[in-house]
Amino acid sequence: MADSDQLIEDIVTRYDGDVGMLIPMMQDVQAECGYLPPEQLRRLAQRLQVPLTRLYGVATFYSSFRLAPKGQHEVTLCMGTVCHLKGAAAIMAAIREEFRVEPGGTTADRLFSLQGVNCVGACALAPVMIVDGKYYDGVNRDSALDLLRNLPAGETAESEVAS
Amino acid sequence: MTTVAKRLANPRNLDEYREAVRARRGAIARTVRVCIGTGCAAKGSRRIYELFQEAAAESAADVEIVNKCVGCHGFCERGPIVVIEPGDIFYQRVEEPDVAEIFRETVLGGRVVERLLYTDPATGAVANTEADIPFYQAQQRIVLAANGLIDPRSIDDYLAIGGYAALAKVLTTMQPEEIIAQVEKAGLRGRGGGGFLAARKWRSCRQAHGSPKYVICNGDEGDPGAFMDRSIMEGNPHSVLEGMIIGAFAIGSDQGYIYVRNEYPLAVEHLKIAIGQAREMGLLGEQILGTPFSFDIKITRGGGAFVCGESTALMASLEGRAGEPRAKYVHTVEHGLWDKPTNLNNVETWANVPAIINRGGDWFAGIGTARSKGTKVFSLVGNVVNTGLVEVPMGITLRRIVEEIGGGVQGGKAFKAVQTGGPSGGCIPAEHLDTRVDFDELTALGSMMGSGGMIVMDENTCMVNVAKYFLGFLKDESCGKCTPCREGISQMLYILDRITHGDGETGDLDRLAVLADLLEGTSLCALGKTSANPVLSTIRYFRQEYQEHILNHRCPAEVCKGLFLYDIDAEACKGCGICKKNCPVDAISGERRQAHEIDQAVCTKCGTCLEKCPFSAILKV
Repeated sequence: MADSDQLIEDIVTRYDGDVGMLIPMMQDVQAECGYLPPEQLRRLAQRLQVPLTRLYGVATFYSSFRLAPKGQHEVTLCMGTVCHLKGAAAIMAAIREEFRVEPGGTTADRLFSLQGVNCVGACALAPVMIVDGKYYDGVNRDSALDLLRNLPAGETAESEVAS
Repeated sequence: MTTVAKRLANPRNLDEYREAVRARRGAIARTVRVCIGTGCAAKGSRRIYELFQEAAAESAADVEIVNKCVGCHGFCERGPIVVIEPGDIFYQRVEEPDVAEIFRETVLGGRVVERLLYTDPATGAVANTEADIPFYQAQQRIVLAANGLIDPRSIDDYLAIGGYAALAKVLTTMQPEEIIAQVEKAGLRGRGGGGFLAARKWRSCRQAHGSPKYVICNGDEGDPGAFMDRSIMEGNPHSVLEGMIIGAFAIGSDQGYIYVRNEYPLAVEHLKIAIGQAREMGLLGEQILGTPFSFDIKITRGGGAFVCGESTALMASLEGRAGEPRAKYVHTVEHGLWDKPTNLNNVETWANVPAIINRGGDWFAGIGTARSKGTKVFSLVGNVVNTGLVEVPMGITLRRIVEEIGGGVQGGKAFKAVQTGGPSGGCIPAEHLDTRVDFDELTALGSMMGSGGMIVMDENTCMVNVAKYFLGFLKDESCGKCTPCREGISQMLYILDRITHGDGETGDLDRLAVLADLLEGTSLCALGKTSANPVLSTIRYFRQEYQEHILNHRCPAEVCKGLFLYDIDAEACKGCGICKKNCPVDAISGERRQAHEIDQAVCTKCGTCLEKCPFSAILKV
């Protein structure tokens, strides 16, 4: 518990307690914990003297925040215009069907979290899939599914145990 | 990469420092420049850089070799790109095994490795340098001039090419009003979409009552298919900072913000490094270059909301709130961030400022058309041969961009349309390809300049589907604050969805027009006001295609599932039976090793056979 107190204190100090920097602070919490744990949000709200509802308002407004722990791997599929023209929607549909996961969600076995984003700005590579920060260019339905089927399972993401 | 911490006490110190850097640079015999822009990095260019580093470390050659990482060259289609000096030898599609050969032959031996050069597919001409490649020949680079040349993490590199000279010039020889006058003379219009005159905004903000005043750089590049601003922030971050510092001096601001899109971590990293370096050297912070002027910059990462590209929503986000826009009759130049006078410009707009100061407003105004001056950066993407980032003078025709620079449509297919302006823009058909790139001419066509996404679409693109894609995007991104946008977009999407499923009704196009009119007239911000553009522009130029969907339940481009038939090419079919086995409704029949057939009366047009056929024998008809 003391650790999480310290975490919020560090983050708030990093931004001189400036409430305007709420979004960067929440991004830092998420970077530390992997998601926004309710406990931390409550602490941050108290520390900044702003209503907790406002933090939840921000957390649910912006697509980069997550309120549930993520899977072991992070999978991002670009849904930008060019990727769309080159078949990203069909790839997304195939992933949803095979792994029973919705964009923004995590597979039941917590193997990976899936996100669809509106363009990663790497249109020359379309369609693009990003797995744990690595870009895969020119993916298609089969190569994307293969990539996900072969994701190594096993190690627990450190971020999950942070709180 | 690192710079010796040296605070420059006055502008003369800056010149001396610059000369010292140049003298050091002049002595370097060989330079290897590896592009680490997102496109090249995704294809492994960082590893290639490491290999060059290792090769240089192991080499016994007694010449000084510098390897540097540089920003995006723009020719992303051909990445990873490596350029060797002297000679500016331009290697493309470089792979790890090529490094040893390049190092031995070119870096040490001064010989060219022919097979890694670019060959023009049209003429067969081999290009040794960037200047020989048609993709670059029709371009004119101001903002992107140093991209691919300098290491974005080195302030020395930026100084060596004349960086911060414009800042020194304004601080020592110009009054704020003179700066604004130059920008006005240049005719610089906002590159973020709206095309508002930058000088007018600056002057209003300067004259507004209240302090402090803020300047903001909008780097929340949200349009899908656009990555100009990202490449500028990643490839030449100091040019953005310098533009902002000059703007702040002209406006009378002491605090600036750069709001960067969440998906752009490398841009954030490079900007942070640049800010740190500029502060260390006294180019940012207290008493810049020893003058009384102080100004500092903070970076904020966006949270991932398209609407935050709208200026008032962005300011709400900077205040730590949900990014909801507000009505525009309260001007942000008077009541912006924290209710204080605020001047917001886009990344590319800021990056143009140093060049305007250095070379004068008249020079800038000499480029372009009567009312659109300078150059514009576009990300040329989609079904085009040469995907990448291009900077062209205003007034160039769309045809030259698509055909000359872009190399035409991929795979020899026919051109159908080019989409500009992102979700607020529209699709421009072949008959208007000779339109010039100009804020007002593009608007007259029902599209807009936008921030610079330019998406080429070929004959296999269904325009109804494209309109539906953009509406789906906008429905997700509508913040929900005002009713017309929240509900109107959903209704338009509902109608388009019906049409693409073959359930369109006569009168649908009129209904869409009514909703479009309502959205334009009553939405709170530009997201809603312009949301109907993708629909209106496609109806305007491709009405026949909509009618085919609605009246004949057919998708001429064969994209909308269920609105075209599948057939088996008897020549290509090997009779393997895979389609027959996978067909969920047993609509396929045929003997083994004999051409199969689809019973159209039974077929549900699900497309499984097309996906499964290993011989591409299933045709869409």
